[in-house]
Amino acid sequence: MPGQVLTITSGKGGVGKTTTTANLGVALARRGKRVVCLDADIGLRNLDVVMGLENRIVFDLVDVIEGHAKLRQALIKDKRLPELHLLPAAQKRDKTAVTNEQMIKLCVDLRNEFDFILIDSPAGIEGGFKYSVAPADRVLVVVTPEVSSVRDADRVIGLVESQEKPSPQLIINRLRPAMVKRGEMLDTADVLEILAIELIGIVPEDETIITSTNKGQPVALEDRSSAGAAFLRIAQRLMGEQVPFQVFHDSPGLLERLARFWKSQ
Amino acid sequence: MDFLARVFGHSPRSANVAKERLQLVLAHDRTNISAETLAALKDEIISVISRHIEIDRENVEVSFARTDRTQRLVANIPLASSRKPRK
Repeated sequence: MPGQVLTITSGKGGVGKTTTTANLGVALARRGKRVVCLDADIGLRNLDVVMGLENRIVFDLVDVIEGHAKLRQALIKDKRLPELHLLPAAQKRDKTAVTNEQMIKLCVDLRNEFDFILIDSPAGIEGGFKYSVAPADRVLVVVTPEVSSVRDADRVIGLVESQEKPSPQLIINRLRPAMVKRGEMLDTADVLEILAIELIGIVPEDETIITSTNKGQPVALEDRSSAGAAFLRIAQRLMGEQVPFQVFHDSPGLLERLARFWKSQ
Repeated sequence: MDFLARVFGHSPRSANVAKERLQLVLAHDRTNISAETLAALKDEIISVISRHIEIDRENVEVSFARTDRTQRLVANIPLASSRKPRK
């Protein structure tokens, strides 16, 4: 069966597209799927550092498209997970180096080798966004519960739907349950009511993302962190499994922790 | 004064403010129709309908409504006679 092309996009920058791509790649590979993460952000490549593979780049996406390297030569195999691969972006070129047709053609080849092709789209709605969405079977929109991110997500959803693609699915990232509880952050229901697309995952804000990115070890390599567990659940949903959505509780306050400690004695 | 308002629960929660602001800004983003165009449309609707029936011009409402991802133009036009008290 040919692989699926999933494009991760958002409109607004800095909402977690690259982190999401890296972690979904890790999570799918951990479940035995053959995965390639494709960095489509030509000129501003970052998926390599988030995945911790920056020292192993020889050839890149543009080298493959222009015929300077074979696909096999440019693909980087992750030593931690035998099924996980990276196709890095070119750093010294810009978004005009690739066309929609070239990306569609490249994905025809990748579909034969992999179960999942995850494309990390650049921010914005210009050329880079367009060639990232062109080959997609499914589009995942990453949004944070903030007005600017939700507004841009709405614009991106409209653009995807106007291109005869299936309606995108939504990942709500960096949710802070304690703020939602206080009524100081949009909650999942608010965002879904406004954007009116299907939800595929909720990822809570988690400091572990920063420390893991510092080290180049995506959180989904382990089950311990809340964000890592959330990405693993999204991966299961992408594989067609029915996984209930988690209800996040804010972390216990000092009194609550003291009470628990007292009871445990 | 702000903290007093918060203590007594008078200031709206910022999440609700965010939601309301988003709904307004997206109604505009999605249709690409300016407030002036909408006002002009409303005036013309009033004049066309007034030629045939008497309406309550002051209370005509023309706005956008949405179901899922489909936008609709909604006009609410009360008839003049409907304001008269019933006997």
